[in-house]
Amino acid sequence: MRSIVPILTVLAALIAIWYAGAVALNADWARQQAERQDRTLTTSELIVETWNQDRPRLPAPHQVAVELWDTTVEKKITSKRSLVYHGWVTLSVTLAGFGFGAALGIALAVAIVYSRTMDRSVMPWVIASQTIPILAIAPMIIVVLNSIGMQGFIPKAIIATYLSFFPVTVGMVKGLRAPSAMQLDQMKTWNASGLQGFLRLRLPSSMPYLFTSLKIAVAASLVGTIIGELPTGAVAGLGARLLAGSYYGQTVQIWSALFGAAVLAALLILAVGVFERIVTRHMGFGR
Amino acid sequence: MSFAVIFAALMIWFGGWWMNARLARIRGGRGAGALAPILFGVTVLVLWELLVRGLGVPGAILPPPSAIGQAFVANLPTLWADFVQTFVKGALSGYVIGCSVAFAMALAVDRSDFLKRGLLPVGNFMAALPIIGMAPIFVMWFGFGWQSKAAVVAVMCFFPMLVNTVQGLAAADRMQADLMRTYAASPLQTLMKLKLPAAGPFIFNGLKICTTLALIGAIVAEFFGSPTLGMGFRISTQVGRLALDMVWAVILVAALAGSAFYGVVTLLERAATFWHPSQRGR
Repeated sequence: MRSIVPILTVLAALIAIWYAGAVALNADWARQQAERQDRTLTTSELIVETWNQDRPRLPAPHQVAVELWDTTVEKKITSKRSLVYHGWVTLSVTLAGFGFGAALGIALAVAIVYSRTMDRSVMPWVIASQTIPILAIAPMIIVVLNSIGMQGFIPKAIIATYLSFFPVTVGMVKGLRAPSAMQLDQMKTWNASGLQGFLRLRLPSSMPYLFTSLKIAVAASLVGTIIGELPTGAVAGLGARLLAGSYYGQTVQIWSALFGAAVLAALLILAVGVFERIVTRHMGFGR
Repeated sequence: MSFAVIFAALMIWFGGWWMNARLARIRGGRGAGALAPILFGVTVLVLWELLVRGLGVPGAILPPPSAIGQAFVANLPTLWADFVQTFVKGALSGYVIGCSVAFAMALAVDRSDFLKRGLLPVGNFMAALPIIGMAPIFVMWFGFGWQSKAAVVAVMCFFPMLVNTVQGLAAADRMQADLMRTYAASPLQTLMKLKLPAAGPFIFNGLKICTTLALIGAIVAEFFGSPTLGMGFRISTQVGRLALDMVWAVILVAALAGSAFYGVVTLLERAATFWHPSQRGR
C-alpha cells in the first residue's frame, strides 16, 4: 500500500511527459494551419491547438480517453466500430491459445522430468524453437494455413499457443525439479508410488514456478494473437484496429487500440493472479 | 506409395528414438550430451524431407529442407543485404540505445527509494504490454528507414532492461552495504565495487531477454512499412508470391542471427560474472 504514492507520482510524470510530447510533435502542423489562415498563435493558443487536432502525430491523453469512451461505452457491443467487439475477438483467441499452450507446456514438462531421453534430446530443441522469431513468420503461417482451408480462429490460436507453451515448459521443468533429493528420498521411505510422489510432492512444489510462467505466457499469447491478426487483411480484433488505423493515419484509433490491448493484458495477468491465490490457498500454502 | 512413405517415416522415427534412448543411458561424456539433440534434429530433418517429397506436399505449403538450403545458398547476397538492414542497422542499434538508456536510468533511479518503488511496478507492467503494437506509430514518426525500427527495438528493450537492472542494483546485502560504509566508501566506489558486480547476473538476464525482443521488433516493424530490403520486407513479399523456400531461408537467417546474438551475450556473461554460482560447477 505504501507504494501507491510513488506509483501515482510516476504515472503523473508519464502523463505530463506525454502532454509535453504532444505539444512538441504537433506544433509544426498547428503553425502551418495558422499560417494558412493568416493568424499567428500565442503560446497558449498553440498549446490548445496541439492538444485538439483531428489527426495529430501524437494525440493527447484526453483525446485517447474520449475515443476509448466513445468506442466502448457509447457504441453497441455488436457494432464493428466497438472496441469491446474487437477486444472480444482478440480475447477469445488469446484464451484458446493460452489454454492449449499451457496444457502442452505442462505435458512436455512432465515428460521431460520423467524421461531421460526426452530431457536429453527434446529439451535443447524446445529452447532452440524459440530462436525462430515466430512473430516474424506469423504472416506465413496465416497464409499457408489459409491455403489448406483453415481461416480465422485456428491459425491465430496456433501462433498464440506456440508463443505461450515455452515459458510454461521451462518454468514447470524447473518447478517439478524443485524438491530436494532429501524430500524425494522421504517419499521413497514412505513407500509412495510414482503417482503419489508426483501429486503430493512434485506438483505442489512446482506451483509458484508454474504461475509465474503462466503470467508471462498469457502476455505472450496476447501479443501473438495481435500480430496474428495483422496479415489477415484487418478484419476484426485489436491488431486489425492497429493496422486499419495505420493505413488511414487515424492515430487516435491506433492509440486507443493500444490502450485496449494494455487493459486486456492487465486483466489477464490479474485473472491469473487471482487464480493463483485460489489454487495456492486450496493447496494449503500462504497462510 | 504414401503408405510406404509413412511406414518408412515411422521406422526412422523409432530408430532415432531408440538410439537416443541408448545414448541417454550412457552417463558421462560431454560428447554424449551434445549428440542426443543433434541426432534428434537430424531425425526431424530427414522425416521432414521424406514426408514432404513422399506425400507430394506442394512447395507453397511446406518446402523440403533441401529446397530451403538451395534457396539459402542461391540468394546469399540478397539475404546478406536484408541481414545488414534489419539486424545490424535496426535491431543492433536499437538494442544498444534501449539498453544503455535503461541502464543509465536505472543508475539514477537507484539513488531514490521513492522512485524505485514507483517505477518498478509501472516498469513491470509496461514490460508485459504488447509494445510491439507501437510499431505503426514509430513508422509514422521516423519514416520507413531503419531509424523507425531502431526506435521500436529501443522502446521494447527499455522496460525489461530497466526492471532487471533496478532489481539487480538492489541485490546487494544490507550487511555488504554497511561494510562499504564502514570502509568510508564514496557512493561511486560502492556502485563500482559492490552494487554493479552484484547486479551482474540480473543485468545479463535483461540483456538476454532483449536479444530476442530486438530481432522480433525489427522484423515486425518492417511489416508496417520499409524500404525494399530487410528481413521483414522479404518475408511479407515472398509470402505474397508463395515463394516459401525463400521465406524459410530468411527464417534460417533470423534463427542463426538470433542464436548467435544470444550466444555472444551468454559468453560475455560467463566472462563477466564467472564468480556467480549459476556459472560455476559445470
